[in-house]
Amino acid sequence: MDKDKDKGGENASLVSLTFRLFVSPPLFNFYNYKARRRTVTENLALIFQSLPYLLEGAVVTLGLVGGSLGLGLIIGIPMAVGQVYGNKYLATLISLYVWFFRGLPELVLLFLFYFGLFTLWGLNLTAFTAAILVLGLRSAAYQSQIFRGSIQSLGEGQMLAALSLGMKKSEAILSIILPQALRVSIPGWSNEYAIILKDSAITYAIGVMELLTRANFIATRTYKPMPIFLACAVIFIFLTYGGVKALNLLEKKVRIPGYAYGRREI
Amino acid sequence: MPKDETNEVVLKVEEIYKNYKGKEVLKGISFEVRKGEVKVIIGPSGTGKSTLLRCLNLLTVPDKGRVYLEGEEITHAKKNIHQFRQKIGMVFQDFNLFDHLTALGNVEIGLTRVKKMEREKAREKAQEELRRVGLEEQANLYPAQLSGGQKQRVSIARTLAMDPKVILFDEPTSALDPELIGEVLEVIKNLALQGMTMVLVTHEMGFARSVANEIIFMEEGKILESGPPAQLFSNPKYERTRQFLHKITELYGE
Ligand SMILES: Nc1ncnc2c1ncn2[C@@H]1O[C@H](COP(=O)(O)OP(=O)(O)O)[C@@H](O)[C@H]1O
Ligand SMILES: [Mg+2]
Repeated sequence: MDKDKDKGGENASLVSLTFRLFVSPPLFNFYNYKARRRTVTENLALIFQSLPYLLEGAVVTLGLVGGSLGLGLIIGIPMAVGQVYGNKYLATLISLYVWFFRGLPELVLLFLFYFGLFTLWGLNLTAFTAAILVLGLRSAAYQSQIFRGSIQSLGEGQMLAALSLGMKKSEAILSIILPQALRVSIPGWSNEYAIILKDSAITYAIGVMELLTRANFIATRTYKPMPIFLACAVIFIFLTYGGVKALNLLEKKVRIPGYAYGRREI
Repeated sequence: MPKDETNEVVLKVEEIYKNYKGKEVLKGISFEVRKGEVKVIIGPSGTGKSTLLRCLNLLTVPDKGRVYLEGEEITHAKKNIHQFRQKIGMVFQDFNLFDHLTALGNVEIGLTRVKKMEREKAREKAQEELRRVGLEEQANLYPAQLSGGQKQRVSIARTLAMDPKVILFDEPTSALDPELIGEVLEVIKNLALQGMTMVLVTHEMGFARSVANEIIFMEEGKILESGPPAQLFSNPKYERTRQFLHKITELYGE
């Protein structure tokens, strides 16, 4: 019946199309409790059946996120330090890197590296590894700017005081500047986590078996996109806010006493 | 003030010049500081006093001139400058305490990270230095939990812990509420009594008068005149010095 209705509306105006898309299906279903109840049961069953498969995808997604955030962190911190304290050649080189990775769509980067550069360099990488590398290199560009901002927010007095005690610059960066800058960076970093998590779904395009790829796989085989993508969305929401929550807790845990939300308590 | 009888020169500067983008800030400054001596530098704001102090421990590199620490030239020490800086303490106007460390941690870190002292020993020494400035009770508080006066005393303890040969103070009480100035001046006065060698930039004239062996009056990047406090206050060579002393005494009191 549903299908007949769709066919009948071929010449429909925009108004009636809108009506059919958003209003008509619920009304239609309203007169079909039984069919609807049967569909709900079937859909729930499908979700439960697919859940282990989808959750494996969620693990792959978390692997992507963990790997690329970690890579971005390891490269991003020295980049920020180089930009603030390095000589002008190093600083320029880093700016160029940031300029490149921030200037291109993620999908272009993925294709460029996975189908292009990695092959050209003779690297035989799995889609998963390639995705971590590309997302990680890209995240390094963004993370370096988070850390750079944090370092610059500290004020030069911290460095002057450390040097005046007789610390080498490198020692001062490690034991005075970074411990403070990293604390300040947690909110920005938490934002980067959420962004990377959502961006990771694009690796679908090179066939990484993450959450969305698997959801799509089931959806095309069962012709039931709605319940599957709904489940997929719910898992993504959990991952997003779960991670953000965990990072908020971390921020509270390492907060310097006397400061509340960046302001003085007393 | 007691003056150490050994006439050993701790710090000596010769003909220091510094310009920022063509603007000459220091125009040939020379003086020397002997062991146990307290030199007070005074002068109008923007005259180059802070720049001069930072040239003494090479936080700012002078364009011309030489700095000697205990007879050894340090102006071109480059990579080894950190070894000399250990021996030159510095206390800043706005404290510059390490915000992520407790009072104790602030005093300890130079000992563990720079002097490579064992943790236990460093802790003991840090506690002792905090006691010296009257803050053993506050050892476990963070900078944000301390008053301005307490912060400056912690920063003095942090410097003292390194057993410096000389300490440079850049307006140590200028960022403090009036009622907190006394406690910091008291600590510095005690150091003077104990024979610590110090170079002090300050606007506290009464204090300068009581601790200084010599007062240096700087104006526009040059030393206009210098001498013992009694002479400078009662019988300055230049009218300009008298005017400045008069104005500053009115502004800040004795
Ligand atoms: N890093 C710097 N870059 C440019 N100009 C500076 C810098 N530091 C100091 N100056 C300039 O040098 C002059 C002297 O400054 P300063 O040494 O702080 O004076 P004072 O401590 O006597 O008030 C001022 O005009 C100041 O603007
Ligand atoms: Mg100054």
